[in-house]
Amino acid sequence: MVGVPLWWRTTETYRAWLPVNQINELAELQVCLCYRSMAHWTRYVHPVLGYQAGCHLRILNEILARDHSGDDTLSVLHVEADLSLHTLSASPCGSVVVYVIPETSVLLPQGVDVYIGHRRTAVLRMGAPMSVGKNHKQLLAHLEPRITQVVQVMSFSHTDITAALSDRVRLSPGSKESLADSMRSFKSSPGYEITFSLLNPDPKSHRLDWDIEGAVHSYIQPLLTKLAPLANFSIDSQILYYAMLGVNPRFDSSLEAYTLNADSLAHVINPVEARLGSNAASSNPVLNFLLYVPDAHHSPLYIHDHQKQPVASNAFHSPRWGGIMVYNVNDLYGRGETPLPVNININMEKVMGVFLAQLRLMLGVQSSPAPPGFLVEPCGGAGLADWELDRLMWSRTVENVATATTTITSLAQLLDQIGNIVINDNIASQVSSTVTSLQLAVAELEAGNLGFALQYSKEAILASERAFFDPSLLHLLYFPDDQKFAIYIPLFLPMCVPILLSLIKIASEARQRRKLKQSKKD
Amino acid sequence: MLLCLTDGGIALFCVNPTSWQIIVFIYIYIYIYIYIYMGNVHSDKAGQFFNSGHTNNWAVLVCTSRFWFNYRHVANTLSVYRSVKRLGIPDSRIVLMLADDMACNHRNPKPATVFSHKNMELNVYGDDVEVDYRGYEVTVENFLRVLTGRLPASTPRSKRLLSDDRSNILIYLTGHGGNGFLKFQDSEEISNVELADAFEQMWQKRRYNELLFIIDTCQGASMYERFYSPNLMALASSQVGEDSLSHQPDLAIGVHLMDRYTFYLLEFLEDIHPSSTTNMNQLFKVCPKSQCVSTPGHRTDLFLRDPGRVLITDFFGSVRKVEITMETINLSSPMEPLPERINCTVHILYMCINKHIIPTAIIMYYVPRQKLLRDVFPCT
Repeated sequence: MVGVPLWWRTTETYRAWLPVNQINELAELQVCLCYRSMAHWTRYVHPVLGYQAGCHLRILNEILARDHSGDDTLSVLHVEADLSLHTLSASPCGSVVVYVIPETSVLLPQGVDVYIGHRRTAVLRMGAPMSVGKNHKQLLAHLEPRITQVVQVMSFSHTDITAALSDRVRLSPGSKESLADSMRSFKSSPGYEITFSLLNPDPKSHRLDWDIEGAVHSYIQPLLTKLAPLANFSIDSQILYYAMLGVNPRFDSSLEAYTLNADSLAHVINPVEARLGSNAASSNPVLNFLLYVPDAHHSPLYIHDHQKQPVASNAFHSPRWGGIMVYNVNDLYGRGETPLPVNININMEKVMGVFLAQLRLMLGVQSSPAPPGFLVEPCGGAGLADWELDRLMWSRTVENVATATTTITSLAQLLDQIGNIVINDNIASQVSSTVTSLQLAVAELEAGNLGFALQYSKEAILASERAFFDPSLLHLLYFPDDQKFAIYIPLFLPMCVPILLSLIKIASEARQRRKLKQSKKD
Repeated sequence: MLLCLTDGGIALFCVNPTSWQIIVFIYIYIYIYIYIYMGNVHSDKAGQFFNSGHTNNWAVLVCTSRFWFNYRHVANTLSVYRSVKRLGIPDSRIVLMLADDMACNHRNPKPATVFSHKNMELNVYGDDVEVDYRGYEVTVENFLRVLTGRLPASTPRSKRLLSDDRSNILIYLTGHGGNGFLKFQDSEEISNVELADAFEQMWQKRRYNELLFIIDTCQGASMYERFYSPNLMALASSQVGEDSLSHQPDLAIGVHLMDRYTFYLLEFLEDIHPSSTTNMNQLFKVCPKSQCVSTPGHRTDLFLRDPGRVLITDFFGSVRKVEITMETINLSSPMEPLPERINCTVHILYMCINKHIIPTAIIMYYVPRQKLLRDVFPCT
């Protein structure tokens, strides 16, 4: 009587309480993504509405009224307009402002219907001329599909969200490009490490000098500062001597240069990677950017694409790994005249232009071709336009929410199935905080506050990963059922025999007593 | 009509053909044309690098036995390690677990070497072996921790399996095994249920894209019976009820040097180079019963792709996907100068607020009172 509950209590495992109901609710999560977009009308679009935005029109009129003698100045009207309009309204993160201008305006060049600038604004040219009788609602209905298209380019579209969820929902790839995009960029991670390496296979001929610290500070750091809400970045750099490429380039006599064709590029990376150092302390994904200066006997070296044409950037990249650029220096010194080794100063601007483009691709800033009629301003020194940052934040937030949800539901399922795992209090608190952060992130997404939503989703992911990968959750307590019987039967069977016998004895005595009573009554 | 077969302008032979000979010649020409065409397509196939869906490769190679007479298990693991490194996977992506140190064992007559062939032809130890888990660190717990990622925070990067959802992983186990278990260090076992659960946890966290599991032990096929996660392919050296046998002893060293299955596997892999297009179906034919005495088995029902289209280098090598960088960013353009009229725009906004009924949208952008320029820029 006393023994059974005591035995049960001492052999049970400690399992802290988990919010299983809420986790199950999360499994059927439906997230609503809301963005804010504002459309401003200029006067000639509609006389009544125009008064509301007269100030904006004022700026546009000013710009047009200035003396434009040459035609070339017309081409930058939209850039200037974009800058001036931006100073009026600093739009919050995640929102889009669209300015609608009349059909005949010269603000946009010929043939361009939409202009997207560096910030979160777009200028949309009105389609067919509208008559005076139409009211606000009809105007909006007419313009809604075009505004939706602009917003899809600048914020997110269905394909972007599907791509963000591509590891959860492995759909058959619609196109090779979408598969390539999803494979190329790194998954969302709390931090990344970027390593810049200079490979000098011929130190006897070239003494290379690269101002990497200055270049990183002026060109790469602005981009990383802008990306700070997404992840932490740590940068280091190294120089490798006597590091050869694994492939022998072929000499092309028509170009008088050595060439590497596209098929052999795949085998270049492996021998070099074995020699690259990396930060052993963190487990964050590493992006490698290599600058290779060919040795004097194999200069100049050009990369050819599949159509045997030289590549302008002379660089290639590998998905989820990084990029390699070949920098030719043979034209900086004459052959046989200058004493070796030659001091060479590397033009970091050109190099960083290529690395920055590769970094954008690796981080998932997709530069998919814009729809026809769109003019998108190329990002300049900042490396990233505000609306591109918004796009990245949308897809990262959705990815984080999806990953955290799947992690926490599979953890709950695992702990449910295996009754022997000990669940400590810290795991339970991590799980609860994940659930709370996820609910907050979803609420912020519905309200349209992208910045807060991203923050909550990051907290959710950190907590869920910590809970899932906690070292104490290792399931080593698998006992097959026959082994359980084999352990308990030799212990309990000898004990059970006298107990059973005495129970039978008690039962037979009770029966005898009842018989005696009945016979006494009779 | 005379039909001449020429080679660069020199007539090889000329015939006066009958109708059937014309047909034969046409057939031959068509055949040659198709052969050349297919050759071109074949070289294009190597360029279709997005077929397999993985971007990086990992390998987890485990030898679970200790003691000198289990020399062959260490040699097995080291020969697979050697092949995998030769085909391109770097040390940073290989987790090598050796339960005992044979190269520096007191009983080794040739210290610092581990041979795979009886005439001491191939030293698989080499001079740049990087062992991540050695000796008593090779336990069931550590193995499962590596697979599931549940390592303490102080574990260095080289001891972790940092794979992601686009990693192809090769897992190779060797040692003494039985029906449903594999013996670690002569003191503990891992069961096939635990292994299947570990793989399921890897799948839940998307820690692999595709996984190839090779096991060389007695009754090895029992270890992959319980797998239930997708994208797993498994090979074993023997079926349930059979023993995997060792290959040949070396009389100078005094022990059996390798197991049969891995010996023939090594021979097969020596012919593979990083750009070869050999597929998995040929791997399944390695070591038939006549050579191995046991019957190797494989399991592909959980694998989504057709094994005939899976290259050996998808798992054993590390062929990178590569794309040409088409665009660059022009950093030399000067930073955009701010327009000079920035003050005026502020005034205009204020003016408009004064004069009209204010819609809510504009109130949000209210700026403090500035000098009035009513005469210069009147509001309409």
